[in-house]
Formats: sequence, C-alpha cells, structure tokens
Amino acid sequence: MLGDGIGSNVRKSNLINRRMFIASAAKAVVFFGIVGRLFYLQVEQNKKYLTLSDRNRIRENKLPPIRGEFKDFFGKTIAGNLDVYELHVIPEQVEDFRVLITRVKQILSLSDKDVDKINKTKQKQKPWETIIISDNLSWNEFSKINYYLYDLPGLKPVISVGRNYPFNESYSHVLGYVAYASRDDLSRSEIINERHVPGLRVGKNGLEKTFEKELIGTNTIQRFEVNAYGKRINQLEIQNGDQGNSLRITIDTEIQNYANELLSGEAGSISVMDIYTGEIIAMHSSPSFNPNDFLYGIGLKEWKDLNSNPFKPLINKTISGLYSPGSTIKPIVALSALENDVIKPSMQVYCSDSIDFYEQKFHCWKKKGHGYMTLKNAIKQSCDIYFYEVARLLGVDRLNETARRFGLGDIVLKNFFENEKEGVFPSTKWKKEAIGQNWYLGETLITGIGQGYIQSTPIQLTLMTAQLANGGNKIYPTLIPNKKNIELIKKEMEGNQDYDMPSNYPSLVRNKENIKFVLDAMFKSTNEVYGTSYSSRIEDPKYQFAGKTGTAQVKRITEAEREQDRKLEQIPYKERDHAWYIAFGPYKNPRYAMTVLVEHGGSGSSAAAPIAKKLFKKIIDRHEEREKISNNKIILS
Amino acid sequence: MKSYSSFGEISFFQKIKSMDFYLLISVILLGLVSVIAMYSTDISDGNFYHSFNHALRFGVFFSLMIFLSFINIKYYFSFSIFFYFIILLLLIAATFFGTTVQGSQRWINLYFINLQPSELMKIAIIIFLARYYHRVQPDAVNTIKKFVIPFIILIVPILLVLSQPDLGTSVLIALSGIAVIWLAGINIKYIVYSFLGLVISFPFVISMLKPYQKSRILTFINPDRDPLGAGYQIIQSKIAVGSGGLTGKGFLKGTQGYLDFLPEKHTDFIFTLFSEEFGFVGSVLLLILYAFIIFRIIIIGSNSRNYFGKFFCYGFAISIFFYISVNMLMVLGMLPIVGSPLPIMSYGGSSMLSMMIALGIVMSARIYSREIIS
Repeated sequence: MLGDGIGSNVRKSNLINRRMFIASAAKAVVFFGIVGRLFYLQVEQNKKYLTLSDRNRIRENKLPPIRGEFKDFFGKTIAGNLDVYELHVIPEQVEDFRVLITRVKQILSLSDKDVDKINKTKQKQKPWETIIISDNLSWNEFSKINYYLYDLPGLKPVISVGRNYPFNESYSHVLGYVAYASRDDLSRSEIINERHVPGLRVGKNGLEKTFEKELIGTNTIQRFEVNAYGKRINQLEIQNGDQGNSLRITIDTEIQNYANELLSGEAGSISVMDIYTGEIIAMHSSPSFNPNDFLYGIGLKEWKDLNSNPFKPLINKTISGLYSPGSTIKPIVALSALENDVIKPSMQVYCSDSIDFYEQKFHCWKKKGHGYMTLKNAIKQSCDIYFYEVARLLGVDRLNETARRFGLGDIVLKNFFENEKEGVFPSTKWKKEAIGQNWYLGETLITGIGQGYIQSTPIQLTLMTAQLANGGNKIYPTLIPNKKNIELIKKEMEGNQDYDMPSNYPSLVRNKENIKFVLDAMFKSTNEVYGTSYSSRIEDPKYQFAGKTGTAQVKRITEAEREQDRKLEQIPYKERDHAWYIAFGPYKNPRYAMTVLVEHGGSGSSAAAPIAKKLFKKIIDRHEEREKISNNKIILS
Repeated sequence: MKSYSSFGEISFFQKIKSMDFYLLISVILLGLVSVIAMYSTDISDGNFYHSFNHALRFGVFFSLMIFLSFINIKYYFSFSIFFYFIILLLLIAATFFGTTVQGSQRWINLYFINLQPSELMKIAIIIFLARYYHRVQPDAVNTIKKFVIPFIILIVPILLVLSQPDLGTSVLIALSGIAVIWLAGINIKYIVYSFLGLVISFPFVISMLKPYQKSRILTFINPDRDPLGAGYQIIQSKIAVGSGGLTGKGFLKGTQGYLDFLPEKHTDFIFTLFSEEFGFVGSVLLLILYAFIIFRIIIIGSNSRNYFGKFFCYGFAISIFFYISVNMLMVLGMLPIVGSPLPIMSYGGSSMLSMMIALGIVMSARIYSREIIS
C-alpha cells in the first residue's frame, strides 16, 4: 500500500503541479491582457478620456453679454444698460418643484397668479429649460433670496442686463426696443443663438434689431468645477466678455424731443435730413410708445392696446406709412416737365374751379379757381388745374422717371430698417404688371397732383426735398455719421463759406436752372402773399425757409360733399385729409430738408406748415452746435 | 526519516523564522496602498470614516492572520468540514433572514460587523474541497461517486448566493471551487461539457435574472445604451482610468474620484480611483504586487508536503487571481459589472476577513510545510 501509495502520490503531485503550471500560464496571459487594456485606456486614449473627464467636472456659466449703447449725434446716451435682478430656476435640477415654489412664494410674497404662471411655463417648456420666476426683483428681494439660497437648491439668482431708454418714447421708432429673445430670434440669428443665456434681451425692432451683431457683445464665461451632483465646488477661471460696440447715430436728441412734442396728440410723422450728408437729424412717428415697457416683458393687455390703437403707435409712419403725397409732389412734376421740355414756365392755364377732361370733371382745391396761372404761380398757390394740364402734357412715364430718380417709390434708408416700405410711383408698365390693366389718362392727371395710385412714405418726400434743395444731387441718407461724406464735402468747401455739393456727386438733373426755378417757386409759396404757407413764414433770413404744402385726400369727395363745404370738425376724423408740408432752409444757404405729416390734419397749410415753422427755428438754432462736432471742434469719445 | 513535524511541536521562534516574509511584506505593502487609496476616497466626504475603518480592519485582521498562521495545518484539515458547514449555516441565515441592502439580502448584522457569509464561503469552499481531494486519488476523481459530493458542496452555496441575489460572489465561489476540482485532476472534458451546458442554458439563466442584472449584462455589451443608468458606472470608470494617463493625476487629485463621478469608489471601483491618481505606472505596479503575492502562495503550495496544504494554496492562488481579474476586467469595461471586490484594496470587512483567514492558512501551510496529514 505504501509503495503503491508513494507511486500514486508522485503521480498526484505531478498532476497538481502540472495543472498549477498551466493555470499560472493562463494567469500570466490574463494579467498581460489587463496591462494591455490599461495601456490602451491610459496611454493611447488618454487624451480622449482626459477631455471626457474635464467635460464631466467643468461647467461653464455664461453671463448675459453687455449690450453696446446708442448715442445721439452729440454723444448723449439714448439707449443704455441697467442691472436687472432676476430669479431663474431649471426644473430638472430641482428635487421637488412644488416645495421650492411654495418657499419662493413666501419669501418674495408672490401672488397665486404668479405661481400659476410659473407652473404654466413649466408645463410648456422642457425640464432643462430655464424658467424666469421673476425678472424684476428689487435689491432687497434679491439679497433675501441669496440669503436663503442654501436650502433652495436649483434656484438661480441672476444679475442680468436690462435696457434703459432715458428719453422714453422719443426714439422708439428709430431705435426700436429690446425684449427677451424668442425662439424665432434664436433660429434667425446665429450670433444670438451662440450668445444666448436665459433672460437675454435682443433687439426686436428698429436699429436695435438691425445692428444686433454690433451691439450684442460677448458673454462673460465663468468656469466652475462641479461634482457629480452638479454642485459647484470651486471657480476655476473667469473669462470676461466685451461689451458690444456703442453706436453713435446722426439724430439730435433736442430736435427729436421737440419733434415729439410738436406732434403730441396727433398721428403723424416728422423727418429732418441734412441735404448734403444725408444724415437724418430727426425722425419721429407719432404716436409713439415707451420702449421701457418692454424691459420686463409687456403685459398682454398693454400689448393688445398698442396693437389695436387706431393711431397705430407701433408703426413707424416715417418709413412704413404709405400716403398719397398730394401737392407736395408738384415741385417734381414741374421739374420733370421742365427737364423734358414739355412746357415753358410761361405757359398759361386758366383755372376756373374745375375742368373737364374726356367727359370727367376734375376739380381744383380752390372753390372759385385761381384764374390765369403760370408755372411759378401754380406751384406757389398749388393750383390743381394747372398741374392736370402739366401732367397731361408730360405723361406718367416721364414723371415716373424723374420722381424715382429723386427717391420716390423706393427704399430710402437701405440697410437700416427691415420694415421700410418702398411705396408706389405708378407708370403704365407698373399698372400693367401690378393690376393688369391699361393706364387711363385720367389717372395721369390725378398723379400730377399726388393722388391716385401714388403712395409715398414721409422719408421719401424728405429725400426728394433734400435732393431738390441741394441743387439736384444724389445723396445717401444715413443714420450713422458718415465721416467720408463729411470729409468730402469739407474738402470741397475749403476757402468757401457756403456748402455746396462736391462736383463728383452724381447730378440728378439735366439743367440746374430748372432746379433753381422750382426752388424759387417753393420760396414764393412760403414767403410771398398768396403762397399756400405764407402764414407760416419766418422773415429773419437766418431762419427763412421754403416749402410746399400738401393736402392729400383719403377718400373721393362726392359732389354733394363738395357742395356742403364742410368745416374740418364736421368731417369724421378718418375722412379728413392728411396734411403735408415739405420744406428746406435756410433759404439763402440751405442745409436741412424736412417733411411734416399730420394724419387727418386737414390742410397742409393749416396743420403741417406751422409745425415746420417751429421746428425750423429749433433746427437752425442747433446748427452751430452740430457744426462744432462735424468740424471736429469737439471730439467725441 | 525524521520529520520534526511529526512531533507536532515547533518552537515559537522557529515558527516566526519559517514564515514567508516576502508574502508578509507584500501583504503589508498592499495594506498600506489600500489605506492610501481609501484616504483618497474620503477627501470629498470631509471625514476619514472609510480610511480609518479600513486601516483598523487591516490591522486587526492582519494580526488575526499571524495568529492563524501559528496553528498547525492539520487542525485546519480536521476542522475544515465543520468550518464549511458553519459558513453554510451563516449563509442560509443571511439569505433568508439577513439585512437587505440595495435589493440584495446578503448580510448578517453581528453588531460589531456586518458579516457577509458569501465572502467567507469563497474560502470555505476551497478548504472543504482541499480536504476532500486530499485523499482522493487522481484516477478516482472522475468517477461519479467522487464527483457527487464536490458537486453538491459547490452547487448549494452557489444557488444560495445567486438567490440573494449576488451574481458576482456566486461566480467567484463557482470559479474557486472549479479551480480546486480541476487541480484534483478532473477530466478537462467535463469542464468543457459543463461550460457548453452553461452556454446553452444561458438564455434560461438570463430569463431568471433580476432586471438589474439583465440590464447590467446588456449594458456591458453596449455601455452607451443607457449612459445615465446602468452604463454610467462603466463609462465613468473608463473615463477615470483613461484620464489618469501614464503617471496619473496625482495623489488626492483624481477629479473623477473626489467629485463623486465614480460610483462605489470605496469598494468595487477602488482600482479605478487608484488608477486615476497613479496612472498606468501605478496600476501596473499594483498588478505586479498582486502577481507576486500569488506567486509566493504558489511557491508555498509547491513546498507543502501535504495535499491539503497544496490544494488549498493552489486553489487560493487561482481564486485570488480570479478575484483580481474579474474586478479589474470589470472596472476596465471588459466584463459586466457584477460586483466583486478587489482583495484587501476594497472596503469591506467580510472580504478582508476571508482574505486574512486564507492567508493565515497559507502561512500555516508554510510554517508546517513538512506536516504530513494521513
């Protein structure tokens, strides 16, 4: 047994040792496998996993960028920033949303309605989207929230950037306003999308929207190390963003405010332009609205009121309002006729109170007629009968050609406003294409007095007036100070007291004498007896201006109504004529052109021209101040 | 032929002298490394609960190991069956009356320690089978008669642990048992057959698994399936290891660890944390340390004159290898997350206790290497 035992024991021993050896070899293989795997993960793929690990632990906190300011021509801030204390929450990061909201409700004493609103927003949004609980905390409330923050996880007090418009409604239509970025804004603009943080306000309208890219600025980025539960452990670095560029515009706040004042209580528009540089000095549309109301999101009721207001405060009438220009078109009709050698200024037409053309009766605005008229007198007294005749001789297509050259029927402030309208200056071709009908001669006649198909914006008439006043030269209207333009003009001016257009500016007319004739007629219209705006003249040559009234019908006047000869007050507001006045001055050495429109104001001479008179004084008084800056006597930061 | 072991008495001095100091030093080194790693896991908690407890346990159980190593191996031999059944009883108690943590009923609350009998079973199974095969001749191993008992001895605890449910430990118990049976000389084809049987029955096993275990296996196959749920652990573990790089992020600087991205960083994922802080170099050194410990145990086994000691040492060496590789392959994303601690490194009293008991027996096999057990 023992011998056998020894033999079998040796066998057993060998077997065990052999198997152990095999096992050890297998172990070594596995261990090398583990080493290989470690090498692969830690050495070969190290970069990848290092990035992933950083992505795990580093959270970026983007703060809202600080928006660039708007300054007026004199460097005065017309749209600035202010700190706004907000309270945000991301539902996903909150353990029990109801409890949190109840606590917040207590601390801030929110109303049930506020809480309802928050809950509604929560249901509408994705759980990872920020809800703004309050966008308008006082400093006290803000500190209180911060004090309780330790047991309100998920709540985020945020100091955001709000917009402040110190001149309230004065600039609303020029600058527009800012409000929370909507989904549309985000999909429309890449830059907004990139810089977006909850509560970011972006331009919704006007220059705020147009110059979004320049204004928006870059985010300040804080980098935090967070743990697996998203709790901030420490701040790693802070990368300060840059404020957006500030933009100086050409408008003079003094004049702008005054324009506001002059149109208060009326619906209408005022626009003033430098006839050489094309700079807009003032641009107002009445009634306006207060853009500061949009800072914290406007209420539904207020928004509805703004929208349904019959005076349309949300529309920038200066660039988007379409009107018949009425008699303000007559200088262009006259110019076109002269340029085309259709008539001589001495041509006489007899004005009774009406005239028959092709079995249709056309009336002059003056009940008993003007009698015998020449061209100059016809402009001065705005005789319709005379201009029917001129238009008949001229034809609509030639008139269209001249009018378009002077800026009618086209966008004026290219690249500044997306909602500017181009209006219509009709032609036979236009009618064929737009309406599909042939042109009737009768339509030519009423086009000659600025009625019918013709549709202009006030700014188009301002440009037209400016280009007449500067001697028939093309200018490029702008809201941003145009240094190059000014330099060019200054060079031309050297040694010369008066402004004149640089000789290389494109001329819009064949014969400068024709322009002079028209300007003289406009002078007489304002400064001579029987001129339509004679009562609004200023005799002091420093302020003396020339202009042309316009009274645009908004509906066809029936024979019965014509017989009645109703007073303004007897006519329903909506049926009253629009009152126009275009002007330029000072007459001796013109520099500014303007358009005043009073919607349903009655006649141009009674409603619009007096406003222009007041405004002109202001403009000329401000002229010297403006020149100091244009001539670099004052250097703006 | 005189063997002093037959006298049964060796002087205390001789006992000390005949200890394997390489193994002792390696274990102490491993203990130190484990305390260092544990200290790092405590940083984010701001207290030193885990590292203190771990160091304390290491100290106590290491002393226990020294004490156990002085006991003659023959007593372990005669005590082995009793030991197995004691552990089995505890296991039954834990399985049916134990404390439930995270959906698994595997602990007995002994007031001073939360004992996890399944951990001790990993050792008990080796002891029992070593005892069983001590007398069985290689020819007899493959007979049905000699196969039934080991099979029952093995399958009962496996099923118990599986029902707790604790997939990881039951797999490790199975592997330890199979290792000893294989060493005893079982025909390799039986293992192949049973493996094939397992593969065939895999779909049935899957259908019996708890949903969380199923999801773990599916997630192992594709971790991105559920990156915030079951896949989270694998992904975060790989990120931690991978971001460690060649030399690691430095002691206490493992961001995945202290910012709590690592799950179970005290226990199953301690290697991940270590690897993040000490990098490829540190990880390989740790692996070498483990390999050296295994190597020493094999040497002790090969020098043992009795089969019981040999079987036990070899079986335990293979088992440690399984513990280590299952744990590492798991945290490196090459095996499903089944829950298995890394010996001595991982936090947990039962695992440490069973390791130290086993090491004590190994050391006893060394001291009494000439003991012949008939």
